[in-house]
Amino acid sequence: MMKTRLSLLAAAAGLFCAGAVGAIAQEAPPVKGGALNMIAQPEPPMLMVGLNTQGPTLYVGGQIYQSLLTYGTDLKPLPSLAKSWVVSDDGLTYTFTLQDNVKWHDGKPFSADDVVFTADKFLREAHPRWRLIATTYVDSITSPAPNQVVFKLKKPFSAFLHAFELSSFPIIPKHLYDGTDYRTNPANQTPIGTGPFKLKEWKRGSYIHLVRNEDYWKPGKPYLDELYFRIIPDSASRAVAFEKGTVDVLRGGDVEGFEVRRLIKLPEVENTTSGWENYAPLVFMQMNQRSMPFSDKRVRQAIMHAIDREFIVKNVFFGLGKVATGPFASTTLYYTPDVPAYPFDLPKAKKILADAGIKPADYTIRLMPLPYGAAWDRMSEYVKQQIEQLGFKVVIQGVDAGGWSQKLADFDFDLTFNFTYQYGDPALGVARHYLSNNIIKGTPYGNNQNYVNPKVDELFGLAAGAVSKDVAAKAYTEAQKIIVDEVALGWLYEMQNVTINRKKVKNLVRTGIGLNESMDEVWISK
Amino acid sequence: MNFFKRYARNYGALIGLAILFVVVVLAFAAPLIFPVSPWQSVGDPLLPPSEDPAFPFGTDMLGRDIAAGLAYGARVSLLIGVISTAVAVVIGVSIGALAGFYGGRVDDLLMRFTEFFQTIPAFAMAVVLVAIFNPTIVSITLAIAVVSWPPVARLVRGEFLSLRSREFVQAAVVIGQSGPRIMFTQILPNAISPIIVTASLMVATAILTESSLSFLGLGDRNMMSWGFMIGAARTMLREAWWMSVFPGVAILLTVLAINLIGEGLNDAMNPHLRGRKG
Repeated sequence: MMKTRLSLLAAAAGLFCAGAVGAIAQEAPPVKGGALNMIAQPEPPMLMVGLNTQGPTLYVGGQIYQSLLTYGTDLKPLPSLAKSWVVSDDGLTYTFTLQDNVKWHDGKPFSADDVVFTADKFLREAHPRWRLIATTYVDSITSPAPNQVVFKLKKPFSAFLHAFELSSFPIIPKHLYDGTDYRTNPANQTPIGTGPFKLKEWKRGSYIHLVRNEDYWKPGKPYLDELYFRIIPDSASRAVAFEKGTVDVLRGGDVEGFEVRRLIKLPEVENTTSGWENYAPLVFMQMNQRSMPFSDKRVRQAIMHAIDREFIVKNVFFGLGKVATGPFASTTLYYTPDVPAYPFDLPKAKKILADAGIKPADYTIRLMPLPYGAAWDRMSEYVKQQIEQLGFKVVIQGVDAGGWSQKLADFDFDLTFNFTYQYGDPALGVARHYLSNNIIKGTPYGNNQNYVNPKVDELFGLAAGAVSKDVAAKAYTEAQKIIVDEVALGWLYEMQNVTINRKKVKNLVRTGIGLNESMDEVWISK
Repeated sequence: MNFFKRYARNYGALIGLAILFVVVVLAFAAPLIFPVSPWQSVGDPLLPPSEDPAFPFGTDMLGRDIAAGLAYGARVSLLIGVISTAVAVVIGVSIGALAGFYGGRVDDLLMRFTEFFQTIPAFAMAVVLVAIFNPTIVSITLAIAVVSWPPVARLVRGEFLSLRSREFVQAAVVIGQSGPRIMFTQILPNAISPIIVTASLMVATAILTESSLSFLGLGDRNMMSWGFMIGAARTMLREAWWMSVFPGVAILLTVLAINLIGEGLNDAMNPHLRGRKG
């Protein structure tokens, strides 16, 4: 049904190449030493990932701090600071066994006390996503042995094992933070973690320099001696820095989409779209359903048919995406493609409106672009012209980033764009947009469009509370069908972030959290 | 020798007039030549110029016709240029005339007010004004007018100061004409030449300011304008030069034409040059 696009082929080829290089890497023994140059864009405000979860903070901080678990590209939980875990049959008790001989960067031993402090005190206060999970589901957090942590839940939560990733659950040193004011603790400036690299120097506006942690708990690792995160504020200069070899790695978003197409063709350069499976950002239109025309689901369906999403991905976002079929990204758990489809079909869109007896000319729609740069502006213009072809009047209302967030959080919009991370399990990153109890002012990332369907609420609740995966899968499948039929949001496409690196950098992207993963297996061939 | 002959002696001014005529015709005829909105995709994206005869100037990244964009952009540029200049001239002439004619405290007060505006960099102030009042065609026009009237005020004040003490003005005072009447019927007609010349150059500046604002993304998002076209296309300069070059040439030609006309008007209206050979 969908056209096969050159860009998708190219992306697939990139994946294949990455896989092939990985295979060779296992044959050739890793080489020790060397410095890896990367870019932190924009410069992070701090490196303390427990207090700030912006992209660049996680990218740099992920080398310093670690979490209990990490997740493969298939989203299966993998050991990090926890070496094994057991879930009781009733789904109420989670027991984690920790790695041995782990030390903080300041030499103090790491133990279960740190994990209990992190979960029960630090993140409960400082981390909104963990706070919600902890208050709703967690009954007690205890450490029966120095290398064991037990979470007892009040009721089963099928997504619980997916809540221990770096951006959701970084382990914080108790001896530095217990009893302090977390936000003003001077330790925030000199981050102490358990990760493979330690902070050596942060020259503001210039670079962040990390060096090898000699006492790292994985023997013989990391391979690299140094990491440099360069700060280069101008996008064109970042592309030039990669071309010149000043940096070896470009993360998704470091350079503009059109530069990506050019840079991946350079010799000795490889690329992959892998490493974002756990985040799986999905771009959607938010249509305010508080009033006409968007309160009528047939209008929303007509608009889905009026927009050529293939065109948007190909011509606006330079092929760096995949058309979304529904609320769940295709790389995440419980995704089903078996939902109503909305192929680009203008005559059908007009017919739906005509059959519904809706006169589009009666409505003026305020379209608020997402102020994240040129490509997003082009998308607004494209969507405007497509909706105008149905007969609606559309006015573009330009806003800055603060204004966008404010208006969306106050429900003062007709139509806008948004994208959010999905965090592996729908209960963590998806359900928030559709649950009617999440229609709350103050955040741009809730159910701001006012979608209400008690059946969907019930299905999401059922799935989140399921002990067995099959029960959850069944409920999620049914929920997806309803949500897509009612066009709760106008899903546009799944973002594909491209990681570009020189071929000499090996083992760079290994898991579903990509470059945020501890780079303890990364090495540079001579 | 009459005005038109004097004007026509300046060949540059004639060329300028010809170019501006084409731009004006294009602006008026835009909806007739391009009945489809310039925002509408009409062809394949990124068609180079003259690859498809239907799109002699090519298409942009969304398949919009560059030629249509140029024609509709001319409307916005001229509209903003003329109206903002008209508003600026009205403000500038009123303030300058009052200050120059009455002098004294009125002059001090009005000139300090004018200097207040003159000390703020004009473009920066236009950016701030547009950002505060949301970018719409009205707010952009007014912002440009607000930043461009002070030179007119200073000019008119100077003219009024010198003309005020002339004998024909004193004669008007003696026969009992009122202040406003003297200002409008005696002094203003004699100061009109430099005002017209300045105003013609201000139109060009206004067009440039509007283009710069649009380039920075502070244009009216519902109006196609040349500055917007360049701003949207600049990231793809390496791949699709035609998207930024044609609107750039359009701005260049229009501003050049208006400057040439301004110079021609200056020559034609300046009594000192009346004897000059072309």
